[in-house]
Amino acid sequence: MRAFTLFDGLVMPIDRANVDTDAIIPKQFLKSIKRSGFGPNLFDEWRYLDHGEPGQNNLGRPLNPDFVLNQPRYKGAQVLLARENFGCGSSREHAPWALEDYGFRALIAPSYADIFYNNCFKNGLLPIVLDAAIIDRLFNDVANTPGYSIRIDLAEQLVVTPSDDRFAFDVDPHRKYCLINGLDDIGLTLQHADKIRAYEVQRKLAAPWLFK
Amino acid sequence: MGGLTLYDKLWQSHLVHEEPDGATLLYIDRHLVHEVTSPQAFEGLRLADRQPWRASAAVAVPDHNVPTTQRSAGIADPISRLQVETLDANCKEFGIIEFKMNDVRQGIVHVIGPEEGLTLPGMTVVCGDSHTSTHGAFGALAFGIGTSEVEHVLATQCLVAKKSKAMRINVNGELGLGVTAKDVALAIIGAIGTAGGNGYAIEFAGSAIRGLSMEGRMTLCNMAIEAGARAGMVAVDEKTIEYVRGRPFSPTGEIWAQAVRWWQTLVSDVDAVFDQEVNLDAVAIVPQVTWGTSPEMVTTVNGRVPDPMQAPSDVKRQDWERALTYMGLTANTRIEDIAVDKVFIGSCTNSRIEDLRAAAAVIKGRKKAASVKLAMVVPGSGLVKQQAEQEGLDKVFLDAGFEWRDPGCSMCLAMNADRLEPGERCASTSNRNFEGRQGQGGRTHLVSPAMAAAAALAGHFVDVRSF
Ligand code: SF4
Repeated sequence: MRAFTLFDGLVMPIDRANVDTDAIIPKQFLKSIKRSGFGPNLFDEWRYLDHGEPGQNNLGRPLNPDFVLNQPRYKGAQVLLARENFGCGSSREHAPWALEDYGFRALIAPSYADIFYNNCFKNGLLPIVLDAAIIDRLFNDVANTPGYSIRIDLAEQLVVTPSDDRFAFDVDPHRKYCLINGLDDIGLTLQHADKIRAYEVQRKLAAPWLFK
Repeated sequence: MGGLTLYDKLWQSHLVHEEPDGATLLYIDRHLVHEVTSPQAFEGLRLADRQPWRASAAVAVPDHNVPTTQRSAGIADPISRLQVETLDANCKEFGIIEFKMNDVRQGIVHVIGPEEGLTLPGMTVVCGDSHTSTHGAFGALAFGIGTSEVEHVLATQCLVAKKSKAMRINVNGELGLGVTAKDVALAIIGAIGTAGGNGYAIEFAGSAIRGLSMEGRMTLCNMAIEAGARAGMVAVDEKTIEYVRGRPFSPTGEIWAQAVRWWQTLVSDVDAVFDQEVNLDAVAIVPQVTWGTSPEMVTTVNGRVPDPMQAPSDVKRQDWERALTYMGLTANTRIEDIAVDKVFIGSCTNSRIEDLRAAAAVIKGRKKAASVKLAMVVPGSGLVKQQAEQEGLDKVFLDAGFEWRDPGCSMCLAMNADRLEPGERCASTSNRNFEGRQGQGGRTHLVSPAMAAAAALAGHFVDVRSF
């Protein structure tokens, strides 16, 4: 997993509540045997005017010009501004995979669905919770300011606006540590690699048949 | 301090590291891999530029998606085919042993593990499939894991886990003639419910369990998951050791003797304390038939479909009503009056040689009822199939009008072409009777192989003991 560092990211707003995992990545894409490459199908039903299928070339598909993601001013966005209960629905990890693959690195919303929230951390995405009043203000600022970008400082647990307003956010210390160091669950376990090797050495003596 | 349970011994001997909150790094001896839950795990390795920690601990086999007829023609469904081809490619890339679709050793992952000696007593065994509990029959700690854990085990040979509580289910006495491990499993689930084992690792014990063959113990442990437990297990005895002797991956010579000495210690100490104990009388168990859409919706073959008005709670009453509607049954119908359209003998619960022998013994010299549209036998592995053919069981089935298929999961979950049509009713030796499990709208009744065979002949459920 890539390490999460301080960055300034263009903000894209999705102004609706209860955006579910089916909207983030429609279910026909779950049949895939992949875990990468979901970016072009992020928000597929909102983003394109036709029906998408896995394995299709997305370049020639008709775009929905009204959907934010297709507006030139949000091209290259890395921060997604959203409303409450973002990511509700299924427990599949395809939703964070798609967001990450598209290029998002952090989300800002008043609340998230539980499983989705956990899955974000596992995939290098930072889901930030801020007060609904602050979120309202950010939606306003983004709408009124083309090129609105925001600084995400995970070490200091701060969101910094262009006008230097600073909003603090909470994050579990263990999760913060993993994100900053780019450690997924496997990376964490591999910090104990010496112990695993030591176990194998003594086990090989006691039960050699297990290592045939 | 009391003595140790079998579960304690297995847990402690695999403990690599423990965090203060009880999260444990557990070493995994054997990792079984199949085509459905592994592709994203392998891709994860590639994306993170990781290699398997110990590729030789993993063995792979395609089973869920493989066709059971005309295999040489390949797999027709493109999604199924892609999953199987992806498994082939991943195993090749990462150096993992695979028994491919046309290898005689191919079969359902939970059948081939023990058959090849890949599953040995005292091991930790994992697979991206909930019925991994099957392997606990060997005095092993075996449980199913999800795709991200498959990747975790591939990359680290360990799993982060928390210890469960320990439950012992004692079944004492002698099982009656015609009563099998499947009936014991269903009777246990009927007694404790599908949530009865939640949070527990279950040890099956008692004279009736010791009396079961290894095949029977596998059937029982297979369904521990249907009782809500992630793992089921049976202590090691002479039968366990005899079963693993001489298998392709079993130890030999001096190391065999060393292994046996350790395996013999894999029993719960006499003074071991369990968090919960349940006792069942073997003599009281008779052949079982499920009537609903959960394995706990089960009764005896002499029983009747229950009346929701008699349900113990409102929630249960609604469950029962919904199940009866789905199953197309009315309250108080005699189980023996329920006619079946199809019969499926197979799955990781009941597709081993002993299961096929039991079914063939009932069928021999008789014919499938004309009203039964399809009766199919799907052996658990290529080697089971071969053995059955050597014993002439295929002829018994074919003569009776059954179909004799190639090994795989088949109509247990209908991921391949074998499935029920909406409304069709099936006597099935598999483990799950959930809505749509064997095909959309299909109606599943779980039974033992002998009971399934008898239903195929009679056209409806019958008590195999008086058949
Ligand atoms: S036979 Fe059925 S339960 Fe067993 S592994 Fe296959 S699909 Fe799962």
